[in-house]
Amino acid sequence: MATNPMPDRGNGQRVSFFDAIDANKRNSLLLIVFLTVLVFLAISAFALMFDMGWVGFVMGALIAVLYALFSYFLGDRALLALSGARPVSREENPYLYNLVEGLAIAAQIPAPRVYMMDDASLNAFATGRDPQHSAIVVTRGLAEKMNRAELEGVVAHEMSHIGNYDIRYMLITVVMVGLIGFLGEIMLRSFLWGGSGNRGGRGGGGMLVLLGLVLAILTPIIALLVKLAISREREYLADATAVKLTRYPDGLRNALIKIRDNYQPTRAATGTTASLYFADPIGKKAAGLLATHPPIEDRIKRLGGF
Amino acid sequence: MAMLQVLELGGLGTLLCVGGIVLVLAAALVMIFNRLVVLKNRVDNAWAQIDVQLKRRADLIPNLMESVKGYMKHERGVLEEVTKARTALMQAGSVEEKAKANNALAGTLKTLFAVAENYPQLKASENFKMLQEELAGTENKIAYARTAYNDSVLEYNQTIQVIPYNLFAGMFGHAQKQYFGVTEAERQNVKVQF
Repeated sequence: MATNPMPDRGNGQRVSFFDAIDANKRNSLLLIVFLTVLVFLAISAFALMFDMGWVGFVMGALIAVLYALFSYFLGDRALLALSGARPVSREENPYLYNLVEGLAIAAQIPAPRVYMMDDASLNAFATGRDPQHSAIVVTRGLAEKMNRAELEGVVAHEMSHIGNYDIRYMLITVVMVGLIGFLGEIMLRSFLWGGSGNRGGRGGGGMLVLLGLVLAILTPIIALLVKLAISREREYLADATAVKLTRYPDGLRNALIKIRDNYQPTRAATGTTASLYFADPIGKKAAGLLATHPPIEDRIKRLGGF
Repeated sequence: MAMLQVLELGGLGTLLCVGGIVLVLAAALVMIFNRLVVLKNRVDNAWAQIDVQLKRRADLIPNLMESVKGYMKHERGVLEEVTKARTALMQAGSVEEKAKANNALAGTLKTLFAVAENYPQLKASENFKMLQEELAGTENKIAYARTAYNDSVLEYNQTIQVIPYNLFAGMFGHAQKQYFGVTEAERQNVKVQF
């Protein structure tokens, strides 16, 4: 298909969209470097705790780089597998398939792969590293309960995330933050269980253990902050772009209203993957700084204002 | 001696100045040229998207005729209209002709599907249902491709009318592009939907 995946900077109202692409590409690169260093530090701290010496540092560097590569190239598959989504063929659901292809044409990007999660909740997410390698996932509930205009609104929202490279940034964040959180937890536990410290007998041992402890506590916190930073403003921009694609704000607005009125959590989502989803899949009333999603009322109100 | 140096320096200064201005002008010209090429490519690319979908629509119609023929024996007129409209679409050349032919075909298809409501057996046929969804999907894609195309034409046409692009557009071989039009009837339909 002849498409123009990397359009240049347009003028007028399109600027913010192309600015978003540039910002996402730049931030993705910065983030992947930052998180690789963080993973390296976390593993090194782990190595210090167990007196592994330089072998630990080499291992840390190796694992960190390999994991960064894995996140970038295979992270989308990992996320799809984690969500339990399976691919939908054209024959199986021509309606959904055509709808996704139509909106890809509107967004002027190649059509993403289409997946469905066997879940009754109303939700969706998109993942991938760029528009050429992307996928859209909808829940069975969404495909069944939304009418055409509403489904188009939700799919257009996800298409916007793909088109402006939000998916790349979110992919790196979610997959790498997942590991950092996991490492942090292991380290904290090994402290609580008194895993090391009493061994060794070198003079600097206590100092190193303290450093390890600080890293063990700090890394998951930094990771959490990075993850929270990704979500909220992006959702408003994606809503606005979705309306630009469908030219029909009521579709997306009614979809949001339907989700609010028929709310139920999406089972496959975890704390780490929550920020990927169209609507908050966990549903804990985390307000203010800790919320991964903007309040749904706010999004509805903004769409009414168009 | 000192006088000569100043003179020489003055000459060099002028040279640098002229050279600088020429360089800036050349850079501006390159930027104008590139911008126009990018916008024109965007229009061509958006047009290709419409063309693919129009072709797909035309390709689906013989299958539709085949699946409908057995049931709708008494609707020869309707079927002929669709076939005629399809032929017209395939022969259309310019953007305007294609838009017109496509709108005509959409109208005849609407009639066909409305008449098909009277044939429960036909409506129950899996093959017919699939073709109906495919044609509806294609029509939606044409609508989206048309929006994308008209957006890119708007940007292109606007750009070649404004300063400084209008001074060079003709020289670089750029001219206004046609919009892919919507008929009055289709506009009315959209209005009803809202």
